Amino acid sequence: MIEFRNICVSVKQEWQELNPKQLPETHSDASNPTIVKAEHLLKKFGDFTAVNGVSFGVTSGECFGILGPNGAGKTTTIRMVYGFSPITSGNLKVFGLDISKDWRQIKSRIGVCQQENSLDPDLTVLQNLLVFASYFDIPKGEARKRAGDLLAFFALEHRRDAQVTELSGGMMRRLVLARALINNPNLLILDEPTTGLDPQSRHQVWDRLRDLRRRGISILLTTHYMEEASQLCDRLIIIDHGLILVEGRPQQLIRDHVGRDVIEIGSPTQELRSFLKSHHLQYEDLGHRVVVYCEERGDLYETITRDFCKEGCMIRMGDLEDVFLKLTGRELRE
Amino acid sequence: MSAMFPLRISRRFLRVWQRNLTVYRKSWKISFIPPFLEPLFYLIAFGIGMSGLVGNIRYQGAEISYVQFIAPAIIGMSIMYNSFFETTYASFVRMYYQKTFDAIMATPLSLEEVITGEIVWGATKSVIAAAIMLIVISFFGLLHYPTSLLILPLAFLGGLAFGSIGMFFTGICANIEMFNLPVFLFVTPMFLFSGTFFPLDNLPRWAQQVALIFPLTHLTNLARSLSLGQGDSSISFGIGYLLIFSLVFFPLALWQMQQRLIK
Repeated sequence: MIEFRNICVSVKQEWQELNPKQLPETHSDASNPTIVKAEHLLKKFGDFTAVNGVSFGVTSGECFGILGPNGAGKTTTIRMVYGFSPITSGNLKVFGLDISKDWRQIKSRIGVCQQENSLDPDLTVLQNLLVFASYFDIPKGEARKRAGDLLAFFALEHRRDAQVTELSGGMMRRLVLARALINNPNLLILDEPTTGLDPQSRHQVWDRLRDLRRRGISILLTTHYMEEASQLCDRLIIIDHGLILVEGRPQQLIRDHVGRDVIEIGSPTQELRSFLKSHHLQYEDLGHRVVVYCEERGDLYETITRDFCKEGCMIRMGDLEDVFLKLTGRELRE
Repeated sequence: MSAMFPLRISRRFLRVWQRNLTVYRKSWKISFIPPFLEPLFYLIAFGIGMSGLVGNIRYQGAEISYVQFIAPAIIGMSIMYNSFFETTYASFVRMYYQKTFDAIMATPLSLEEVITGEIVWGATKSVIAAAIMLIVISFFGLLHYPTSLLILPLAFLGGLAFGSIGMFFTGICANIEMFNLPVFLFVTPMFLFSGTFFPLDNLPRWAQQVALIFPLTHLTNLARSLSLGQGDSSISFGIGYLLIFSLVFFPLALWQMQQRLIK
């Protein structure tokens, strides 16, 4: 494991050395630390309530995650934040401004990566950036300069004249990110930024996002990859059925809801179940598998392996995925 | 809905227009071919093929050749096709398949500006097509100048009318196959019964009245008057009709697209 981490670090360093080009610092607003303030946000589609009164705040410079299973209301929530969907009721302030009145001003200061690929297939890589810059009224010369910097930052310089349709999935996603940054936004909104990417591309995107964080850009992202949330988010909420289940820092959430260790036991016996019950241990019974949540308990693991299961038993550290599954349940969402 | 979304249109709609122009310029050589060849095909087919059968035509008291009669109608049809197909099929592809509108709506542009840009672009394509056709047809000596130059602003007005109703259909149609309906029930009857290939006087009285509903009837009449250099009172009536038609369907298109896309 340690070796693996070292490899990751060295790959990352190489990547950074390959891309020495720096982007200009984004102007962060220190006087107003809360960038997004949502209070009792409600969104209805006809009779269906997609977002059922959520409240959260994103402070300047942080990465805030919205996690949830499919159909939980993640996308609907952030669509309201970037002014794509009108809110049914509640209060929503972005940069202290009212989205229903000052939408143009707000939208000029945010960058959005939508879930579906919305790159312009009629245009080349460079043209995608330049045309997008024109929507922000960025003068042509400045747009060219920024586009050049962004292509370098996202390692796309060599494909500047390629048609978008010729790009790989990872390149497309990097171009979407580059496009979202063309207006030097204060807030970057990412809707599942790495869904469908291979591990290499995903780590590349994460590295770029961490770079951006260091420059003071605030990020609001949705994801259902727990690793992504743990890697990137300072704080997060887990939502389901339009409601917030929990809010906090990833490590804190793991400590509060799972504990330090997780013991997984395959093919559990009745004796094991009664043992767990009698010792008042916190566990989840999945029928063919039992998951025990506990504090640092090497001794417990030893007892279980010795007395109740000879094989198919493992101990590992609790992670965000445990929190997520514990809170949102294990049934399929389709 | 309209109260919630007051019309949010500024000059920024031109950005969408520019985006379409950028794409158009990438393939202008191909885009120029249809308006260049179309009048040639029609003039050859009707001028050589049909003229012998038809001979001359009495139009508004004057004797004109059949080719002279249909030449401005070809321009009128092309004005219709260019804007209508731009704001139906082409806009639908951008909206539905390419998610271009979604991307733009995450920038400081409003949906209304996107739609306005699309419709004005459709009208612009009508003007480009009309300009090319004017040049080609002029070589046959079939156009009276300088009045025929007024066909260019007319193309823009006609383009707005057909572009607006096209966008209205785009707001309604669930999928791209559904455009067959407005094409078959709206565009094709107009193509045939708007005084394009034969004078409306040949039709029974009631059919002439019905034809007056068609914007293409007015567009064809106007183009014909300008190409022959003969104006009368029907010109202001025709322009008025196209203006009102645009003023009705432009807000309807905006409203229908709001219904469709703002959720």
